[in-house]
Amino acid sequence: MDFRHRHLLGIEPLAPAEITTILDLAERYVELNRGPRKHADALAGLTQINMFFENSTRTQASFELAGQRLGADVMNMQMQASSIKKGETLIDTAMTLNAMHPDLLVVRHPHSGAVDLLAQKVNCAVLNAGDGRHEHPTQALLDALTIRRAKGRLHRLNIAICGDIAHSRVARSNILLLGKMESRIRLIGPPTLMPAGVADWGVEVYDNMREGLAGADVVMMLRLQKERMDGAFIPSEREYYHRYGLDAEKLGHAKDDAIVMHPGPMNRGVEIDGTLADDINRSVIQEQVEMGVAVRMAAMDLLARNLRSVPQEVTA
Amino acid sequence: MTIQQEGTRPMTTLFTNARLIDPERGTDTIGALLVEGGEIKDILPHAPDDPEMFRARNILDCEGKCLAPGIVDIGVKVSEPGERHKESFGTAGFAAAAGGVTTMVTRPDTTPAIDSPEVLEFVARRANADSPVRVLPMAALTKGREGREMVEIGFLRDAGAVAFTDCDAVVTNTKVFARCLTYARSLGALVIAHPQDPGLSDGACVTSGKFASLKGLPAVSPMAERMALDRDLALVEMTGAKYHADQITSARALPRLERAKANGLDVTAGVSIHHLTLNETDVGDYRTFFKVKPPLRSEDDRMAVVEAVASGLIDVISSMHTPQDEESKRLPFEEAASGAVALETLLPAAMRLFHAGHLDLPTLWRALSLNPAKRLGLAQGRLAAGAPADLVLFDPDAPFVLDRFKLRSKSKNTPFDGARMEGKVLSTWVGGERVFGA
Repeated sequence: MDFRHRHLLGIEPLAPAEITTILDLAERYVELNRGPRKHADALAGLTQINMFFENSTRTQASFELAGQRLGADVMNMQMQASSIKKGETLIDTAMTLNAMHPDLLVVRHPHSGAVDLLAQKVNCAVLNAGDGRHEHPTQALLDALTIRRAKGRLHRLNIAICGDIAHSRVARSNILLLGKMESRIRLIGPPTLMPAGVADWGVEVYDNMREGLAGADVVMMLRLQKERMDGAFIPSEREYYHRYGLDAEKLGHAKDDAIVMHPGPMNRGVEIDGTLADDINRSVIQEQVEMGVAVRMAAMDLLARNLRSVPQEVTA
Repeated sequence: MTIQQEGTRPMTTLFTNARLIDPERGTDTIGALLVEGGEIKDILPHAPDDPEMFRARNILDCEGKCLAPGIVDIGVKVSEPGERHKESFGTAGFAAAAGGVTTMVTRPDTTPAIDSPEVLEFVARRANADSPVRVLPMAALTKGREGREMVEIGFLRDAGAVAFTDCDAVVTNTKVFARCLTYARSLGALVIAHPQDPGLSDGACVTSGKFASLKGLPAVSPMAERMALDRDLALVEMTGAKYHADQITSARALPRLERAKANGLDVTAGVSIHHLTLNETDVGDYRTFFKVKPPLRSEDDRMAVVEAVASGLIDVISSMHTPQDEESKRLPFEEAASGAVALETLLPAAMRLFHAGHLDLPTLWRALSLNPAKRLGLAQGRLAAGAPADLVLFDPDAPFVLDRFKLRSKSKNTPFDGARMEGKVLSTWVGGERVFGA
């Protein structure tokens, strides 16, 4: 199926067949990335700007590598250090960048909806690399690719997502994607870290982790931000680990072949036991990183194809 | 039309064939209305037969359109002083006239806040010079709206402040608020508060629920409104003050309001037109023109509040006119400024409630005109002999598509841009003088 979107702003507007298209193309890039010559020319001659208004190491590196392997000219802009501090608005920044004629703009921003706003004002393809607590579509796509490779399918799986659901864009994008692919989703976490109205999302909600993990095929752990550990949302780090940290005993409630995932960076001993995270029989955390590059190559490739055929519109 | 004075007789105008909307008697009937010297002189079931009566008078055939008391709008922000680039008394006044609003009761949340008789005098002077409609200023309740020291309530009242409010800055210190209420009571001054628990609502820009969670926006439960209302009502019971809640927007707050009124507390409540006609999902893809304070609620809450207006539990509908320029709205949703302009869209938006069958016109006008006037001790809001001839003539059925750039306000931040609306103001009179319409 065709992929007919100008931007990749979220999972929400994607049809299941479009998700499959991205994942199928990503499989080919996995092969390329594992081969001796890691180069393709899908983005040759195009300019990719990575604009991160929030700190990021791995996502930015992943997008950078993806762009370079496809032959794009890649530029990184650390926005938290630059013009925002001088009072420039997001729109002005967008217009400034627009004048540099980028073809692909990869944006991360601390506010929900900010990437959508920016996408309305530039005439290039925009990829959302995470906006506030809204969406992080490439993370959900790389998670889906990892799951599909491990389990052979994305439908009829029991997927447990554990931790700080309320503040997680990764959780939102994953819930949307895996729901579209017809898997069952359970959310596990303390009620203070559950979003309001979560009962209406078509998911099952557990505050007891052992119950939530029973029969799970996939256990997806989320990072708990340091600033949320100090008594405002949970009483303490150690109580959180006791009740919601993933260890071998709790994982024993899931299926015997359940895989363990984490979007990184991990807090060992807070949300996940260090030994378990390194267990190559259960943990696919390293593979997630690998899939990340391939999925981002696929997403940018598809958007670039549309760029070349679809007439450009500008809104100011 | 200009009203000519004939000899020494006072200016007179006879409105014939009008659909008279009388909120006081709750009637909607065809008749005639006689205006003399800026006041309503008489209401007649039909035009008088005696041709002598027509001599030297202006006769205006209303062609069966609605004639109602002009709207008394509590809570209009005119961004003077401080932000005249967003709105001035001139632009707000012409917008009001075009919207059928004949009295703007203005908010003190300006820069600086209207918290001293000197600033209030400036406002009154600017308003008189520039606004074609009546302007009655409110003053802050505490200095700088900081919730620490009360303003000179007595001096400000003498200078013309009709009510005291810190607007959306909640006085968190209950001792300070209790003293303000007690002092205001001794002067018979009306205190208007914004019931919203500041702790629970801190940082929130939408109402919590499925929609907010999916959009990843920081949200507040509508319970924050009930909590703050509970606190305020306890203090009103303690002090006996005259209290008005600026916006009650959630179902859960309504029983508290009902009980307070039943217990005889001097309490009234308002709601903005946006909370009556829009809900949380209208925000859609982060449309910042739909960001208001308090945030738009669920459809269940909206319907509960509409019913509360119909029953009279909620007394007042206002525009909560809040001009914001493009720069303060073209930002990510969390960073964008709150508020919407509404002076010109208040009446057509209210007509949505009429056309949906939720509220009849006399009930609407009770909330738009009679109740706010009564609450402020004004003679407006009535179609009765002796009342000021502040009138609006409108066609409740005239359809149009709203274009925000045609609004008279300097700021164009309306959530109704591109919306299909029904209900057009044809003419507006203040004190018998036409301020809008041909």
